[in-house]
Amino acid sequence: MGLTQITVGYVALLDAAVLIAAEEQGFAAAEGLELNLVRETSWANIRDRVAIGHFDAAHMLAPMPLSANLGLTPLDVAMIAPMALGLGGNAVTVSSAVWAEMREHGATGGVDARAAGIALAGVIAERKRNDAPRLKFGVVHPESGHNYELRYWLAASGIVPDRDVEIIIVPPSYQPDALAAGRIDGYCVGEPYNSVGVARGVGRIITTKSSIWRSSPEKVLGTRVEWANRYPERLGALIRAVTRAARWCGDPANHGALARQLSSANRLGVAEPLLMRALTGELLLGDGDVLNVTDFFVPFNHAANFPWQSHALWFYAQMVRWGQARHSAGNVEKARQAYRPDLYRAALKGMGVAVPAANAKIEGALTEPTAVGASGGRLTLGPDGFFDGTQFDPDNVEAYIAAQKSMHHI
Amino acid sequence: MSGQLSILVVDENRIRASIIEDGLREAGHENVHVIVGINEVAAQIGQIAPDVVIIDLENPNRDVLEHFFTLSRVLQRPIAMFVDRADPGSIEAAVDAGVSAYVVDGLKKERIKPILDTAISRFRAFSRLRNELASAKSELEDRKTIEKAKSILMRTRGMSEDEAYTLLRKTAMNQNRKIVEIAQSLITAAGLLGG
Repeated sequence: MGLTQITVGYVALLDAAVLIAAEEQGFAAAEGLELNLVRETSWANIRDRVAIGHFDAAHMLAPMPLSANLGLTPLDVAMIAPMALGLGGNAVTVSSAVWAEMREHGATGGVDARAAGIALAGVIAERKRNDAPRLKFGVVHPESGHNYELRYWLAASGIVPDRDVEIIIVPPSYQPDALAAGRIDGYCVGEPYNSVGVARGVGRIITTKSSIWRSSPEKVLGTRVEWANRYPERLGALIRAVTRAARWCGDPANHGALARQLSSANRLGVAEPLLMRALTGELLLGDGDVLNVTDFFVPFNHAANFPWQSHALWFYAQMVRWGQARHSAGNVEKARQAYRPDLYRAALKGMGVAVPAANAKIEGALTEPTAVGASGGRLTLGPDGFFDGTQFDPDNVEAYIAAQKSMHHI
Repeated sequence: MSGQLSILVVDENRIRASIIEDGLREAGHENVHVIVGINEVAAQIGQIAPDVVIIDLENPNRDVLEHFFTLSRVLQRPIAMFVDRADPGSIEAAVDAGVSAYVVDGLKKERIKPILDTAISRFRAFSRLRNELASAKSELEDRKTIEKAKSILMRTRGMSEDEAYTLLRKTAMNQNRKIVEIAQSLITAAGLLGG
């Protein structure tokens, strides 16, 4: 019996796990698919090779489908995210030198975003007084969760990005090297590259994506609108296979096997113990400090694969905030339509997986695990607060953009 | 802007970079710059003011390069790429060859197309060269393996060189495998048996 071949691109990062497991654990075959997984070297390649049809779907930065639809990419090909590949998984790492300065400004360890922000603001103020050069942070792409969460955290900590710190682009696997060589002073990147930096003794993890914005989106399954329309059965089968794989990846009993698969040279090529840190949430922060970070990386639970349109709109608000996109009612709609909860829901119908009934939620409104309306089973969402206590109402993007703008004139 | 377009080639592979550079010069482009390390791009892109930038697709620094463009405003957004957005044929050809090119928006297609074509053919020539080199290398290694297996047979079974080779070939044919695979098995077995 022949399997239908689907070519899927990915970048060698921990959150490609669900796609890799979908193929290697047989979830794709059970849906009649064979995933031809292609490792790519840059997000630009992922974007272009999906656009020209080399890839049917790909592991994408969560804002990438928005970028495509808002005209920020070289090829105008409409893209969508019919599902997400997990929540969290990133962290901010700084050089040992910056960490030493942060300790002088009250940092005591842990990954609390507020505490880390206060200490870093102290460091930056002192460096300014001493006419020391600006700190430089690396992120993987201008339109990425990393760039936006780093900037959000800095700005809410009273540090103005681009004025007080410089933010540059560095490919994920190059970040530890760049930190070691002193080309950057810190970075915001997905695992395993924070743990790699710590293991090499060049950096200290000071906060996590899950502390800046709990239960926040990171990568999505991206595809062309044209492919989704032409092959709805394949797309449905792919969504189901990847959802089952996500459930498998989220089960602690499988973490060892998953780490082994991902560590192979043709996948991530990073040692298993380093991958286990993010999978279990037992992070080594540096200096031998171990911290169990709840919900550091969530591949499946709490509707982690649901493409919330409120996530898409939050990314849109950040694109406007940092001058990448122009705000208009039409662009809001393009951003919203980049995420397709309807396709996710349709694919999972009758599968017994709980899917939220709503397409969007007020981000930051849940302060504790909360049961919500769902089809297919009972569903509890995790807390989704921003560290500074603000909320994002997807029905009022305008007001949020205006409030963010006023922050920059402090 | 005079007749000559300024072309920047960013490639971590020095040999390939010079092959492309030569190709472009042969095609009459004198204003060609090559940068090997991405960190030099930031410093030099302003001076070079390229009309066209060529980078290999294997280079993880593509994301970095694109960001430089937006920062330096040398190549303004939206970055036009692969010659012409409306020309899927050239785009595919470029990607298949492993080339990515950025051009200043508004430059005429007929000026850019030959440059990209040259880059594509040079990339292909380089890949061919690399494949030929790799296959020549593996051929040499295969031959060494077979020589070694033959000498084991000659030593342990008192065969002539021709007889040893005939036996290897016959076994390979009977088992529907390559001679080198049989030779490798024999070497491994001999190693295990202390031969």
